[in-house]
Amino acid sequence: MLTKRIIPCFDVAEGRVVKGVSFVELRDAGDPVELAAAYDRGGADELVFLDITASHEGRASVYDMIARTADQVFIPLTVGGGVRTTQDMRQMLEVGADKVSVNTAAIERPELISEGAHRFGSQCIVVAVDAKRVPGSEAAPRWEIYVHGGRTPTGRDAIEWAREAVQRGAGELLVTSMDTDGHQQGYDLQLLRAVSDAVEVPVIASGGAGKPEHLYDALADGGADAVLAASIFHFGTYTIGSIKEYLAGRGVPMRPVRAEGAA
Amino acid sequence: MTDVVIVDYGAGNLRSVARAVAHAGVGAVVTSSAQAVADARALIVPGVGAAADTMANLRAGGLVEPIREYIASGRPFLGVCMGMQALFEVSEEGGSHECLGVLPGRIVRFPHGLTVPHMGWNNVRLRAPHPVFEGIEQDAFFYFVHSYHPRPADDAHVIAETEYGGVTFPAVVGRDNLVATQFHPEKSGADGLRLYANFLRLALERGSIAPATAATT
Repeated sequence: MLTKRIIPCFDVAEGRVVKGVSFVELRDAGDPVELAAAYDRGGADELVFLDITASHEGRASVYDMIARTADQVFIPLTVGGGVRTTQDMRQMLEVGADKVSVNTAAIERPELISEGAHRFGSQCIVVAVDAKRVPGSEAAPRWEIYVHGGRTPTGRDAIEWAREAVQRGAGELLVTSMDTDGHQQGYDLQLLRAVSDAVEVPVIASGGAGKPEHLYDALADGGADAVLAASIFHFGTYTIGSIKEYLAGRGVPMRPVRAEGAA
Repeated sequence: MTDVVIVDYGAGNLRSVARAVAHAGVGAVVTSSAQAVADARALIVPGVGAAADTMANLRAGGLVEPIREYIASGRPFLGVCMGMQALFEVSEEGGSHECLGVLPGRIVRFPHGLTVPHMGWNNVRLRAPHPVFEGIEQDAFFYFVHSYHPRPADDAHVIAETEYGGVTFPAVVGRDNLVATQFHPEKSGADGLRLYANFLRLALERGSIAPATAATT
């Protein structure tokens, strides 16, 4: 039976992980390779790196970081942030990413999705949908797409955009609620449900995980196929193993965490 | 003479496969050379993306006949994802595309209504023990990402199965010295690495990855 995926997300800049990570005993908490390997051992089903580097030099170090991680960690790696052209995609995939995530550039030029899907296959094109509730739409909720890391409204309806992205060849959607992100009070379940009902491709829930119940709700009620989270893991509140055990106990299919040393 | 050859026809997961082979401590050559394919002692064909592109690239690279001849020679072969689907006669992905025809059968789409691609970790159930799965438990989890799956004409070519959304499909197919997986062992953690290590060890030490019973037929 297909299991639901638990996906830790790291913010990286200049090839280093920048968000505080405290749960694992690491020599260097900023080293992506060491961190990725620890999460792999801990039972992560995939890893997402979000590159927040601004400089051109920093981009090169991200490519190097992905290459070094892929040499050591044999689970799917997704990289997002600053991907603007199919050349960017090619470079990310060539150095070792399995999927690339696009957002702003895809809104500005939706053909980027089709071009990427045609050249590299839909399976490696993830479209990030950053959505915020439209005020006053409580009775029949609507969401608007934001770009530039959630700073710029676009006037575009999130559900319509989700459909278009999939028609253009997105193989997966990474759906983040700008309302719930960072609050650790749970995902926007109505948003997840609306998107997962609208498309046939897998949906990754993002934004708002604070406790294991939130992940359960996103998978069971939101209809998500995977949950992405950062703080809940990085600050050591929960391990992936403990969350998987909890979810499995509530009947969510989970890939078991291997016993240490079994490999 | 090159021992382990990974066929380069522009497939996206080429590097991941090469990394998994390197992790097993085995040197491999990544090449598009037909001569290297002809001379290989173990051949790996990776692949992601669309069937039509895969076949177009294999044809353009002059690799169709060398791969067929290599398999016909009975030397060890591992196909992964598109490298597995390409072995069948026809793929229905994006129309109807003629493939290598090494195994009888077709590549068909998952029924509409299911979330596709079938993406993520799913359990793989062996019908009978197979040497490349040595040390890997029954129902171990492997990483899949695909919207089409094989429908072999000969049921004896099904080595292992996986269930998704009520559809049971072949996750591993093969015969004799040929084995091919729908999932990506290079993205399936420790069990996937073990599968590569088994394939490489058996291919290089024994020249055979076939189950003992099949070897006698």
